[in-house]
Amino acid sequence: MTFSRRSFLAGSSALALSSAPIIGRAQGSDKIIFASILDLSGGLDIYGTAMADATSLAIDDINAAGGLLGQEVELKMYDAQSTIQFYTQYATQAAAGDRAATVHGGITSASREAIRPTLARFKTMYFYNTQYEGGVCDFNNFCTGSTPAQTVAKVVPYAMNKWGKKAYIIAADYNYGQIIAQWVERFVKENGGETVAIEFFPLDVTNFGPTINKIQQAKPDMVFSGLVGGAHVSFYRQYAAAGMNAEIPIASTTFGIGNEHKLISAEEGNGLLAAYSYFEGVQNPENTAFLARMDAKFGANRATMNELTVRSYEGAMLWAEAVKLAGSIDHAEVSAALKSGLTFNGPSGPITIDPQTNHAIQNVVLGELQDQEFNIVESYTAQPPSDTQLVCDLNANPTLSTFYFENGLAAAGIK
Amino acid sequence: MDLVAAIGLQLAYVIANLALISLGLAIIFGMMRVINLAHGEFLMLGGYTVVVATNAGVNIWVAMLILAPLVVGIIGVIVERLLIRWLYGRMVDTLLATWGLSLLLVGLVTSIFGASTATTVAPPLGAIQIGTYSASGYELFLILITIVLLILVWLTLRFTKLGLLARGTMQNAEMASALGVSTSKIYMITFGLGAAVSGLAGGLLAPMTGVLPTIGATYIAKAFITVISGGSAILAGTTAGSILLGGLNGIFSFIVGSTFGEIALLLAAIILLRLMPRGITGRFFRKSL
Repeated sequence: MTFSRRSFLAGSSALALSSAPIIGRAQGSDKIIFASILDLSGGLDIYGTAMADATSLAIDDINAAGGLLGQEVELKMYDAQSTIQFYTQYATQAAAGDRAATVHGGITSASREAIRPTLARFKTMYFYNTQYEGGVCDFNNFCTGSTPAQTVAKVVPYAMNKWGKKAYIIAADYNYGQIIAQWVERFVKENGGETVAIEFFPLDVTNFGPTINKIQQAKPDMVFSGLVGGAHVSFYRQYAAAGMNAEIPIASTTFGIGNEHKLISAEEGNGLLAAYSYFEGVQNPENTAFLARMDAKFGANRATMNELTVRSYEGAMLWAEAVKLAGSIDHAEVSAALKSGLTFNGPSGPITIDPQTNHAIQNVVLGELQDQEFNIVESYTAQPPSDTQLVCDLNANPTLSTFYFENGLAAAGIK
Repeated sequence: MDLVAAIGLQLAYVIANLALISLGLAIIFGMMRVINLAHGEFLMLGGYTVVVATNAGVNIWVAMLILAPLVVGIIGVIVERLLIRWLYGRMVDTLLATWGLSLLLVGLVTSIFGASTATTVAPPLGAIQIGTYSASGYELFLILITIVLLILVWLTLRFTKLGLLARGTMQNAEMASALGVSTSKIYMITFGLGAAVSGLAGGLLAPMTGVLPTIGATYIAKAFITVISGGSAILAGTTAGSILLGGLNGIFSFIVGSTFGEIALLLAAIILLRLMPRGITGRFFRKSL
């Protein structure tokens, strides 16, 4: 067959015609699209893969209970490959292409800030199910993860009571680490302590020797770690190899959410303190049932559950409850339902959205690491996001879409 | 005084660490002119060999010093036979091929072991006391073994028949071939040797850094910068490059912080290559190995 422009045009228009019904069916589909954007490969997959597993369990559970509004919920899973530009691309794809009812995802604060404005523009409801530094004030963005006033404010006084007044802060060098270091410094000061030094590390640093020397020189009573990602796990090994874990204990705002406690040996990690809204040891019937279903779906070798994974499940379920209550997937109606005091009883306990900030009111547990397990030493119920409440009032300004802590706490007017 | 000793030890470790991760690449890229973008993955495979072997009950020293170089050396030979040998002298093609290989290896290891791997291999040596400061005994061991390794590679290249043939082949393959040397075999062995040295390095570093499928990415840039800054004489170059760049990195990390340590390393490499485009050994120690 000779290939002329005419036959090409004829062929391609035939193709366009034949594919048109497929597009039409997708748009008029009887399924509700639930999009998830997480890092399933690249350096951040130590967080992302387990979060994706928990999300898919949530969608299974929703559909097993008859779906939503009589329709099946379809999960569209996007792998952002630990690359920010894919987040932006997939957020646009999910909002404009798939016409998703909601988008859940984002792990680092950098990825959240990449997609938050896009989803706000498309008015596609966005759930960020990760613990983070606080400060997002967005009509379209529900932040279900814990924030510093809920967790760090608990672990700082507990650690200072136990170990002493001088803290040495080390954190990852991007917006989360920079801001969390300011929170830790603030809470240490509020409790009558002193921060002797703050140090930041690019995400690919694997040699912490010079810092360990500096810590020995400064002789603090404790080290506060906000280190992030696989490479930074090296710190805990090298700290233990230098015999320091027996001398100066560590508390952390991040250790455990990448299941770091399973990556290093028991001796290297024993005694470390951390606070999140969930550890596997939380005692309630929902948690027992949840863990059993995770075992059934992913086998006994599934990842250990932590706040990020459990909240990915709970975030999806909370959204589903709101859709049921609203009787619609319309943005305004679901949003109103979420802000109505609707509570979902999840594995971590009850979570409710605070209408002033679109953040979650949630339980918090403080754990001490022993033999690769976090033993819960303190529990706190229904903690409000009082950090974000300092700057954000969506009741007064219901169309806000900002991130107040972008330039640090001082710039947001917090001393 | 204790502090000076502790910092001195730490500085020596930063330098040794850089030399250790660069030596395998120095052989494959510096000597053979193969741009091996899968170098980081060779290190990663060395680490995984140690983790798998120790989980299976093998003594950690055997796993690190024997199994890691052996396994990665064999993988290196297979890679050379299947991939690299068709591409000698085609730099851009090797670059693409080894990049692909790097992605393939990361994907393979991720699908076998998962994204995060429980590597409960702790450093097998305890802490040592320097006055009021304590340091890792294993770091001291790594400094010593890096020196031993450099000497071993030097002895092999300088005094053995294999070393002579390898150097001759890399300088002028056609002449070596005309004199009856099987250059194809020499290329294979040299590549395997480079891979084995990388595997050994990866295995030795596993207890300090842990292993992840993507850990190679944290090594690759530094290894290339060190080898290129070092110049054509691979051993003298790698040593000089490591001392200069590692020293600056360590000093700045200590005084200002890690971020500036990394900046100092990169800035020094840029200035160095502007002043000495052929690397340190392009100007000094030109006759050395």
